[in-house]
Amino acid sequence: MLIPCPWCGDREDAEFKYGGAADVAYPKDPGSVDDQAWAGYLFFRPNPKGRFPERWYHAAGCRRWFNLVRDTATHEIVT
Amino acid sequence: MRREGLAEPAQHPERLWRNPDPKPSYDVVIIGGGGHGLATAYYLARNHGLRNVAVLERGWLAGGNMARNTTIIRSNYLWDESAGIYEHSLKLWEGLKDDLDYDIQFSQRGVLNLAHSLPDVREGLRRVNANRLNGIDAEWLTPDQVKEFCPIVNLSAEIRYPVMGATLQRRGGIAKHDFVAWAYARKADELGVDMLQGCEVTGFDLQGDRVVGVRTSRGRIAAGKVALCAAGHSSVLASMVGVGLPIQSHPLQALVSELLEPILNCVVMSGAVHVYVSQAHKGELVMGAGIDPYNSYAQRGSPHVIEYQLAAALELFPVFSRVHVVRTWGGIVDVSPDASPILGLTPIENLFVNCGWGTGGFKATPGAGWVYAHTIANGAPHPLNAAFSLDRFTTGALIDEHGAAAVAH
Repeated sequence: MLIPCPWCGDREDAEFKYGGAADVAYPKDPGSVDDQAWAGYLFFRPNPKGRFPERWYHAAGCRRWFNLVRDTATHEIVT
Repeated sequence: MRREGLAEPAQHPERLWRNPDPKPSYDVVIIGGGGHGLATAYYLARNHGLRNVAVLERGWLAGGNMARNTTIIRSNYLWDESAGIYEHSLKLWEGLKDDLDYDIQFSQRGVLNLAHSLPDVREGLRRVNANRLNGIDAEWLTPDQVKEFCPIVNLSAEIRYPVMGATLQRRGGIAKHDFVAWAYARKADELGVDMLQGCEVTGFDLQGDRVVGVRTSRGRIAAGKVALCAAGHSSVLASMVGVGLPIQSHPLQALVSELLEPILNCVVMSGAVHVYVSQAHKGELVMGAGIDPYNSYAQRGSPHVIEYQLAAALELFPVFSRVHVVRTWGGIVDVSPDASPILGLTPIENLFVNCGWGTGGFKATPGAGWVYAHTIANGAPHPLNAAFSLDRFTTGALIDEHGAAAVAH
């Protein structure tokens, strides 16, 4: 699988670390969230069959993080 | 093919199970015709007298992870909850041939888990002691004893990750995965269970917070209870009714070699260098590795994962250096945050979930089917799966089995 690093271009996925789902925000007011919300933040992530916004880290290259959208059913890079 | 005794092989029946059309309604609909789904159906019928049961399978029976795993069976997990459910399963394996009247080729040849570092050694010793306290057979082997038990393991001190010892569970081993599925399917069929293949679930019918049926590619089916049993596709199904699962779906790859003379007498696993290997009854070496890191439903992974796995295998077994890889494949595994399964109730009434077995569900096939059937029949968990509830991720009562389960199975 070729991963399009925005800075280095298409590189083999062996060069990358995977960061999982994108846009997982730390709770804004951590002192006030209940157990359910903490569970959601810690353990529950989207797991769609299809388009998936996700994080990648070019560990063996430019060592920068970026987001992309990949189709988990086909491995096609959408954006 | 001739068997021992030179008798002519028994006449094989034309079919091991019927291929019926869906009935309009069932007491229980199980979604997923893999090992767990078939075992669940069998125990529902046998243990609980529920025979108006259907197993819905999108493809063909046991064509998913049941056909793709490396068939390793053991119960040497760390925590009491895990010991309970995996050991229950191992005990069922030990009687399964007679129970199902089918030689599933369960072979208790022993499972070695190699230690390659001081933390590995400490973790291994801790697990041996924990297992013994739970009545599970476990031994610690020194490198010399490893050599004696499995002579082809490379015990040189010069390799990158020398072998510093191993845990051994002698009652562990392998079974013939297809036979296990066929045996369960045949018995379930005899008890009246309908196996509906080519039947993909596309939605659920709800009345309030209660599930009353499923919509499928073969029409609507009313159901008293619905049991999810779809491994890597659990999230897809649960999302149709708005239930979130703490599951991520990843490829897990495995491979086989050509057929060889008997060379490897046990199962050897190494979590540290990411390989596990056994020799199947037919003669091929069966190997697996760790999961591919990214989410996927594509049933394939990246070649470099295979390359690392083979490099590890060759360092541990230099004798394999000229063996050819015949076939590699991938399955989609449902990885949970604590490397333990989720087996129990859901926020939807009469909807049950069995998932999160991740990389090691095959060994649990009989035990998971047994307690899942109990959970479905009674609407409440069996004592052995009560701790594996979905709400443990909210209460924080996790069952962290990464040491025993994460890479090694």
